[in-house]
Amino acid sequence: MQWEIVIGLEVHTQLSTNTKIFSGASTAFGAEPNTQADAVSIALPGVLPVLNKGAVERAIKFGLATGSHIAPRSVFARKNYFYPDLPKGYQISQFDLPVVGKGALTIQVEPLSGNAKPYEKTVRITRAHLEEDAGKSVHGDSQGVTGIDLNRAGTPLLEIVSEPDMSSASEAVAYAKALHTLVRWIGICDGNMQEGSFRCDVNVSVRKPGAPLGTRREIKNLNSFKFMQQAIDYEVQWQIDTIENGGKVQQATILFNPDNGETRAMRSKEDAHDYRYFPDPDLLPLEISNEWIEQVRATLPELPQAKQSRYVNDLGLSAYDASLLTASREMADFFEAALSAVPSQAKICANWLIGEVSAQLNRDGLDMAQCPITAQQLGGMLARIADGTISNSGAKEVFRTMWAEGGSADAIIEAKGLKQVSDSGAIEALVDEIIAANADKVAEYRSGKDKLFGFFVGLAMKASKGKANPAQLNDILKKKLEG
Amino acid sequence: MIHSSLTQLGAALRAKKISSVELTQSYLDRIAQLNPKLNAFITLNPEMSLAQAREADTRFASGKVGALTGIPIAQKDIFCAKGWLTTCGSKMLHNFVSPYDAHVISQFNNAGAINLGKTNMDEFAMGSSNETSHYGAVKNPWDTTRVPGGSSGGTAAAVAARLCAAATGTDTGGSIRQPAALCGISGLKPTYGVCSRYGMIAFASSLDQAGPMGRSAEDLALMLNVMAGFDERDSTSLQRDKEDYARDLNKPLTGLRIGLPKEFFAEGMGADVAKAVEAALAEYKKLGAVIVDISLPNSKLSVPVYYVLAPAEASSNLSRFDGVRYGYRAPEYGDLADMYEKSRAQGFGAEVKRRIMIGTYVLSHGYYDAYYLQAQKIRRLIAQDFTEAYKHCDVIMGPTSPSTAFKLGEKGDDPVQMYLSDIYTIAVNLAGLPGMSIPCGFGANDMPVGLQIIGNYFDEARMLNVAHQFQLATDWHSRTPNL
Repeated sequence: MQWEIVIGLEVHTQLSTNTKIFSGASTAFGAEPNTQADAVSIALPGVLPVLNKGAVERAIKFGLATGSHIAPRSVFARKNYFYPDLPKGYQISQFDLPVVGKGALTIQVEPLSGNAKPYEKTVRITRAHLEEDAGKSVHGDSQGVTGIDLNRAGTPLLEIVSEPDMSSASEAVAYAKALHTLVRWIGICDGNMQEGSFRCDVNVSVRKPGAPLGTRREIKNLNSFKFMQQAIDYEVQWQIDTIENGGKVQQATILFNPDNGETRAMRSKEDAHDYRYFPDPDLLPLEISNEWIEQVRATLPELPQAKQSRYVNDLGLSAYDASLLTASREMADFFEAALSAVPSQAKICANWLIGEVSAQLNRDGLDMAQCPITAQQLGGMLARIADGTISNSGAKEVFRTMWAEGGSADAIIEAKGLKQVSDSGAIEALVDEIIAANADKVAEYRSGKDKLFGFFVGLAMKASKGKANPAQLNDILKKKLEG
Repeated sequence: MIHSSLTQLGAALRAKKISSVELTQSYLDRIAQLNPKLNAFITLNPEMSLAQAREADTRFASGKVGALTGIPIAQKDIFCAKGWLTTCGSKMLHNFVSPYDAHVISQFNNAGAINLGKTNMDEFAMGSSNETSHYGAVKNPWDTTRVPGGSSGGTAAAVAARLCAAATGTDTGGSIRQPAALCGISGLKPTYGVCSRYGMIAFASSLDQAGPMGRSAEDLALMLNVMAGFDERDSTSLQRDKEDYARDLNKPLTGLRIGLPKEFFAEGMGADVAKAVEAALAEYKKLGAVIVDISLPNSKLSVPVYYVLAPAEASSNLSRFDGVRYGYRAPEYGDLADMYEKSRAQGFGAEVKRRIMIGTYVLSHGYYDAYYLQAQKIRRLIAQDFTEAYKHCDVIMGPTSPSTAFKLGEKGDDPVQMYLSDIYTIAVNLAGLPGMSIPCGFGANDMPVGLQIIGNYFDEARMLNVAHQFQLATDWHSRTPNL
């Protein structure tokens, strides 16, 4: 019996402002508890919120990057509930009038199972709204005392809500990854999932094809793509089993336990809060002019999709290479900076980045931002390949040295004597000697044993200590052997 | 000296006829003598007051002085003042010593004024008789068996009894004007946004506004000059050029158009109040004003609208008082929910709880549209009534309160009767307009009657001019209770 899976995501991204969304307190991660809790973060009597424009600008950037509607007027609302890490007894959020409206994100899905091919899919974005993060309750003291750390209270969040457009864990993960890439790409979120900068809530339901939507359960606070995959797989199976065994799925909020790979209900719909949303009278409606939008648009970098089509159309790269080169902003920036040294060699530049550089980063467990060589270094080496100064094998040597010890390509070539012999006189003399010393093989070749050509190349390369320019050597050898 | 105006006190201080320390001490002595009878102050701190006075005296030596330098001003206990116990009339904040200054407080500090003490008030400014204060009722200096009005009743009693030179109040639905009327003093609620709300403990954020209370319009002008001003920490504070509110005091009133709303002179107003108000209007005609009949058809809905909106905001504003970070926490409790429930049940008084419950109810799912949203719509209609009226008149006049001061305990069991004592003042807050009350005679039992003057937006200077000219022609404002 076939089941259709329906998934929608709510992603909380911490915006990368230096200060909180409604006060001047720092948002830096990892400080001593409550050292970044100012009067507003503690919610002392009488304090008031003042909106951080930087948070709004980041929301606008996101809206522009996803082709979303940016509301000329949106409203902050209070979401009322009691919890010790929520100092005001309400969270300032947006409710019926969010800053960002409908948009879309196109994703590349690589199915995890079977031989299915990667495909493209567009996920619709419902809305994205600004809100403040809560503090943290620190449990686990031996006396059963709970500590409250309000450093995080008031950190700006953009909550990005998708339509239920995803129909597999792979699609959900691909969407989350694409979103993760995008928010870092446009510089609105550091994307650090361990520190909670990017947290996903996943709504999952199952149904028979053509049937109305099933009852959903919401998996809260997933902070890794691996867990997301596992949690969805487990939850989908659980829902199918439940229904097939004659049970009913109840709407609930659930948590994923990475230790046993299971999901567990946290609270049911009956416990759902009435948040008593109403417009926050301490804040004026947020008005965003077209001018402001255009100012922000001017600061937006070229987006991944635009880059991909430019790489394909203008640089002649394959769509696959283009997608790998735009997997992160760092990768694309590195590629373009290296390419500026050898503008006509896009394919070679791409091959080196996707090949040697990525492989070496992988081996060393580094990401692009930690790459020990600079784009300028790599570009310098590519220029020496292009102008024939070094051979491919010489380049590999240069690259290894550069990676381990640093230095420019030119300095390494010089120090290691890797310069190719491109002097045709020298190569000719060398070829003449070989022909003279191997008269029998020359005769065999001339009588039709073409395969011997490689034998002569090997001898000549050996004689040049690997430095002969291979193309030149081939030309001269061929000419002389044909005699 | 204690009967002098602010102008006279300032002149005496600058001429060194008296020092600020001497002046402050003389007020402190008078408070020590009379406050036990009136209960106008919650907190006195002679040490801090006198330290400020000594500092002011050094300012006179250096010549850097303003109109209020060295003058003792009492502060309503709703304003956070650094180092001062700030209770807001509640047990909930019985131990809250503010670590920061409200904007209004720092404005006074910068002007060199002396904080003489914190005045009693209805708990969280919720009340019209000052009987809801956790620190005991305030007595009306004209008859200590009667209420002073509320919620700024401590301030009104202190000014009337000459326990301070002038004082601050706040007005959400009449809390400056009604006690000013009942105690025979002058009080002004400015246009919403003129005085920053930063550091003023919130009751209903969209209605709360600080203002001066004193013995004459001229004093109010000098006070407002200090209190008003843009503050970037309050998003609803208005960015306007600094103005001198005393600039128009001496303009003649010839041709002034006074609008009389027929709804204010209908049923409900005491005959004694009507008589005093009529006499005041006759005086204005003598001063050259003309009377225009106007109508505020929706003003009759003010009380019900207010008792939806103000509790709604209050229910959320008071959520921060949860016993977690500061203020009252129940000495014994079980789990977290029990701690919240007990702390709030014990920390809040009956009127505050009543309003939290009303507010929670009107914001609840399923009731929001019928109550909160509907009230917001009517609020706009009430404001439009005023806009229409000001096409035909310059100021609007009427009674401040339907009756003179009632007996302590008289309305304690009947909240609706209590709420109706603000029937003439509430519409002004809903519209965000400036309103004031000045003494205009005496009614039943020789208790003072207040004349309400309502101005158009930002028309405070004209209102003060209108009040000052009346006070030049009459002496109601100079009468003092016999203590």
